[in-house]
Amino acid sequence: MSARDRILERVHSRLKRPTPVSVTRPERTQAPMARPVTNVLQDFIARAESLQSTTDHVADLNAVPAAVAQYLQARGLPRKSVIWPSLKALDWFSCGLTAEARPPVSEDRLGITETFCGIAETGTLLLHSGVDHFSTTSLLPETHIAVLPVDRIVERMEQAFALMQSELGQLPRATNFISGPSRTADIEQTIVIGAHGPRRVHIILVG
Amino acid sequence: MKVSSGEFKGNARKQLADAALQSNLRRFGGGFADRRRDALVKVDDFESLRDRAASIRAEVLENLDYWLLKFEAEAQRRGTQVHWAETGAEANQILLNIARQAGVQRVVKSKSMVSEESGLNDVLTEAGMTVTETDLGEYILQLAGEPPSHIIAPAIHKSRDEVSDLFVKHHGTPRTDDIPALCEEARGQLRPHFLAADMGVSGGNFLIAETGSVTIVTNEGNGRMVTTLPRVHVAMTGIEKVLPTLEDLSAILRVLPRSATGQDITNYVSILTGIRDDGAMDGPQENHVILVDNGRSQLLGSDLHDALRCIRCGACMNHCPVYQNIGGHAYGWVYPGPIGAILTPAYLGLDKALDLPQASTLCAACEVVCPVRIPLPELMRVLREQELTQGLRPWHERLSIRLWRWLALHPRLYAFAARWGTRALRWLAGKDRLLHRLPGLDGWTEGRDMPAPQGETFRDQWRRKQSADRKIIPIRVGSSQSKKTAGLEK
Repeated sequence: MSARDRILERVHSRLKRPTPVSVTRPERTQAPMARPVTNVLQDFIARAESLQSTTDHVADLNAVPAAVAQYLQARGLPRKSVIWPSLKALDWFSCGLTAEARPPVSEDRLGITETFCGIAETGTLLLHSGVDHFSTTSLLPETHIAVLPVDRIVERMEQAFALMQSELGQLPRATNFISGPSRTADIEQTIVIGAHGPRRVHIILVG
Repeated sequence: MKVSSGEFKGNARKQLADAALQSNLRRFGGGFADRRRDALVKVDDFESLRDRAASIRAEVLENLDYWLLKFEAEAQRRGTQVHWAETGAEANQILLNIARQAGVQRVVKSKSMVSEESGLNDVLTEAGMTVTETDLGEYILQLAGEPPSHIIAPAIHKSRDEVSDLFVKHHGTPRTDDIPALCEEARGQLRPHFLAADMGVSGGNFLIAETGSVTIVTNEGNGRMVTTLPRVHVAMTGIEKVLPTLEDLSAILRVLPRSATGQDITNYVSILTGIRDDGAMDGPQENHVILVDNGRSQLLGSDLHDALRCIRCGACMNHCPVYQNIGGHAYGWVYPGPIGAILTPAYLGLDKALDLPQASTLCAACEVVCPVRIPLPELMRVLREQELTQGLRPWHERLSIRLWRWLALHPRLYAFAARWGTRALRWLAGKDRLLHRLPGLDGWTEGRDMPAPQGETFRDQWRRKQSADRKIIPIRVGSSQSKKTAGLEK
């Protein structure tokens, strides 16, 4: 008998019944949200900012490079970025930015991604991996800028999963919920922003 | 991990006498409770969120084998290799085999309490691999050669000065006691390890049965690095961590970070499913999950069954007056505080952790804050009872309980002993009415004085009150000790 069989054997004998072949789950109403959402966009912005993300709002996708340039200018950050290939068509050059559509290396300081959707309940971004969706773009560079169309903000996490199910069919390798810049409180319970991941998360809302 | 739970009393005494530790516990110990409170103020109805979380966890345990098999099938369908280990040692061996087969030299780890149970790091190091803990707290402890003292803030017992000392010693960098600078230094030290590692080892906060995914909940981003950059990822986690669906995960995530750190949500929640997609540029090419039993299945259907609901938030220890005073190391194994006082004897054997279920005032703060409503004080009572019925308590304790029982069955004698006992204590206490020593109970009086009993015994007061009341209104008393009153009523 393998360890697997022995563990499963113990589980069903301790529970005094054979291993079920199917399970009927109790009917449950939709789980309550922790904090209700009254205005999807406003609540998303307020909650994202309370998690130390910053936000900007532009009319359409073509306005994104200028918004990025402005953000970098205001903080004195370098104007060189790595982007997801899906953002390649935007005119970065005329805003004085370089944007390379490739996965980042550790030295890259700015990563720009799209966002699968936003979640208003917690001010969270949902990104997923894929052939053109490098997971590391939102992880290795010290600044992460996420582009998020406002009509892609849902109220709650369950809706984000439903959206993935309907648009992607199954979960991609990595599904990452991102709520602000990385942080730690491991020394003296003091919160420090910028642990191993980005020090800044900037969300550019579109539409 | 080496177990010293059997020496709880000695450990606790040492921690109480450690001035640096005591100062650290005073300074940082309360932070979690305050943050949790602040987070809950913003929530409409936390109690119904707790109900939901508790009911999901309870339901999973009822059908644990079903959900584990479902998880296994889905994970395999996505290319994840699923392994089962009955013990920590078996889990280590499985992981070692995976590492050897993949030609692994360098391992980076994000936090995994199950790997603390199994003592994984030592095994990998002995096999000639380098293992680097990347959670900041765990990294500090790896440098210090110490086990964690808290499940979500492993190095909470260390001050910045102690961290500075460690960094100077191990990094050879100039000393700083600025906390952001220390974090920056750790970031700089650890980044090359992430990039160079062949294998990432993580825990798993939850396994999702319907999708075959491992979910990890982190703040620092190291969990993402460990599960994204190396070519092999192994998640090591307990068999009880399974959840049926992503919807269940959503409900549980509403209580976990709030209960743990007082965050509405942690910075990162990563749901990892299968291996690198064809043509993708990142993600592991090999993905493994090791499902570890290590004592868990024995709890199913037992009096301690409900402890398996635990989602490892740490709220019970953050609110425990005992934990707050002695810190996590005194508990002598991986899980400290109230949940540790149950899991340690439950997983390792009652005889290995005799004093842990006693290390509680049963004030029930832990039960009040537990997001999945584990009746922690009740479970400690169950263990106390088991200790007594299995004859595991020391002879003098059993003798005194027998004596008390005998006395309690002889009311007259009991009244006599109580009256003269309190008088004797009052006399012993002297003018300041405090007992600095109690013969035979030195352990108790070592850390505090016992106030001497004041005034009469309850029985004496009761009798006096009755004779006074009888003159006014008769009151209904049913006990056999008040024949006179009962007679009056008739």
